[in-house]
Amino acid sequence: MAKPKKKSGREIFALGAEAVVEGALLAGCSFYAGYPITPSSEIMEGMASRLPGTSDGVFVQMEDEIASMGAVIGASLAGRKAMTATSGPGFSLMQEFIGYGCMIEAPLVIVNVMRGGPSTGLPTSPAQADVQQARWGTHGDHSVIVLSASDVQECLAMTVTAFNFAERYRTPVILLLDEITAHTREKITVPTPDSFEILYRLQPSMPPEWYKPFEETVRGVPPMPPLGAGYRYHVTGLTHDPLGFPTQRPDEIVALLERQFRKIDQFFFDIQLADEIETADAEIVVVAYGSVARSAQLAVAQAREKGVKAGLLKLKTLFPFPRTKLERLAPHCKILVVPEMNMGQMSREVKRVNTGQFAVRTINRVDGQIITPAEILKVLRRR
Amino acid sequence: MLRDVDLSGYQKITGKNVPRESMVASGHRACQGCVEVLAMGMVTRAVGKDCIVCNATGCMEIITSSFPQTAWKTPWIHVAFENAGAVASGIEAALTAMTRKGKRKGPLPTVLAFAGDGATADIGLQALSGALERGHKFIYVCLDNEAYMNTGVQRSSSTPFGATTTTSPAGKKSIGQSTRKKNLPAICAAHDIPYVATCSPAYHLDLMNKVRKAMAVDGPAYLHIYSVCPTGWGCKPEIGISLAKLAVETNVFPLYEVIGGRYNITKKVAKPKPVLDYLKVQRRFRHLAESDVAGIQKQVDDSWAYLNALAAAFPAPKEKGGAKEEE
Repeated sequence: MAKPKKKSGREIFALGAEAVVEGALLAGCSFYAGYPITPSSEIMEGMASRLPGTSDGVFVQMEDEIASMGAVIGASLAGRKAMTATSGPGFSLMQEFIGYGCMIEAPLVIVNVMRGGPSTGLPTSPAQADVQQARWGTHGDHSVIVLSASDVQECLAMTVTAFNFAERYRTPVILLLDEITAHTREKITVPTPDSFEILYRLQPSMPPEWYKPFEETVRGVPPMPPLGAGYRYHVTGLTHDPLGFPTQRPDEIVALLERQFRKIDQFFFDIQLADEIETADAEIVVVAYGSVARSAQLAVAQAREKGVKAGLLKLKTLFPFPRTKLERLAPHCKILVVPEMNMGQMSREVKRVNTGQFAVRTINRVDGQIITPAEILKVLRRR
Repeated sequence: MLRDVDLSGYQKITGKNVPRESMVASGHRACQGCVEVLAMGMVTRAVGKDCIVCNATGCMEIITSSFPQTAWKTPWIHVAFENAGAVASGIEAALTAMTRKGKRKGPLPTVLAFAGDGATADIGLQALSGALERGHKFIYVCLDNEAYMNTGVQRSSSTPFGATTTTSPAGKKSIGQSTRKKNLPAICAAHDIPYVATCSPAYHLDLMNKVRKAMAVDGPAYLHIYSVCPTGWGCKPEIGISLAKLAVETNVFPLYEVIGGRYNITKKVAKPKPVLDYLKVQRRFRHLAESDVAGIQKQVDDSWAYLNALAAAFPAPKEKGGAKEEE
């Protein structure tokens, strides 16, 4: 009995890390610079073997994570869709350049496969303890997009989304995976390139002499030609004016920073992604992300069988925090449960936006083990 | 720049007085046939008990300190990947200051830094350079297994030309590693430090005596140790030592020392073997064509000629106290 083959894509049996590679190539990534670190090395190895086979792909192994981010920023300015992948200690080394990327508004993607920390921590065990670092790791006020994925298929989809957000909003995008998602092998469908919307950065339509690289626009995102395309481009990490030159004028400083926040904040509706599973009438909702969301999904189904009106809000965008998704639960939901593999990082956000509608229960695990469905179910059944 | 180096405190090791105790205990978790851990053991034998070890992230850090055990009989610190040089600097500076102010007595323990080739040539080069420039009295040992073996055989800048690794995969569009091995001993010698040497665990007395010289000099010393990795190189675990010997006999990895800018080739090979002998026993080179091997042979010959020219131009003074003893 031959089943008709699906035309929508090819099926592969892949690691989460390999799905990231597939997603990046689908999204048009043509530049990868990185440095090996467990548990993200598989992404790098995948890129090393796949990128040279593409028409213009470039793979470079750099001497450390600092250099990796430097190369990615350079490639991004040169017009490439660029990415890097790392894990805990490497992500810490990248922080200065992430701030630089935010300041000069370079579209790029950083995948951080979270492992136990701090410091060397647990290199081969999962954790979700880099959540607040992803948002606030680099110094200074900055706006950044942080995404996450909970299974292998989602790794692919969210990598494409990460590139689209980076290009559309001219910003570094951080995709947070954890060791379990990156190292789980599952059957997934790699969609055909035309089944996704692939976005590219805005190109200037004005003549070079009128071009201002950091100009105020309606969307807050100035067009970005590649370096060397004939447009004068002065790039600096100093606070700069619309032409890109350093400034000390208070009005120009505030205009720059406000625009950099506004360009992301005003599109929160497009950026804040979350899956709502059985939340319509839920009285108790689990707010989860990453591999823990899969445990939560089973726990919610089991709780439903036992007659508990439970639901799951699976966060795909961690920052900007999807506050409206939570607020919409308020009429029927009284309790939020936040399971996560850290001492309580996303639950801080949940508590921050909670103005008394919800009781917030946390489940935290920092021993390098995943939170099991049974643990979540126990909390769901405790009324 | 040339400088005179005082080696008067050098205590030579001969076949008769080889130190017996290694500071790395057995029962660690190295792969079968690991030559790197063997080399590390030889270094600690020569140094003795009175030492403090700083270990960068790498195979040696992982295999000697897996929870809940340690293989180390000495004080040992692992900080991160990039900063063995910096950590050793801090330890040495603190001990020196405490001695100067009378807070501690007795001779300084030997400060040893162990790092792999990635932690030395790539991410840790800055910390190493800083430490050498500041002139701390410590020994930096680079255990060079020519790739990032701990994370699954990714290339480093110390990977030789033509080797296939997971991030320099050989295939239709790639020969494997496309750049030449970074010359770390030369970089360190360019810091004008008193002592730089290359060592091979196949020549154990030579290795241990170079460690003893490194201990004797006043200032930083750098040792580059060739460390066969059967897992990453794709060779049989039982040929580790003979492969290390072959690397010297083919001039792929010549043994020499630079004492205050003066060169001494410690193992002169009268009739070097063809480099093919060395390449063909390793799976990482098996994709190479004949022309590639000829290219590698030429690289090796050129490097060897360059080294000989340096040794002829700046010869080191003859060692006092008898000729070099063969084992």
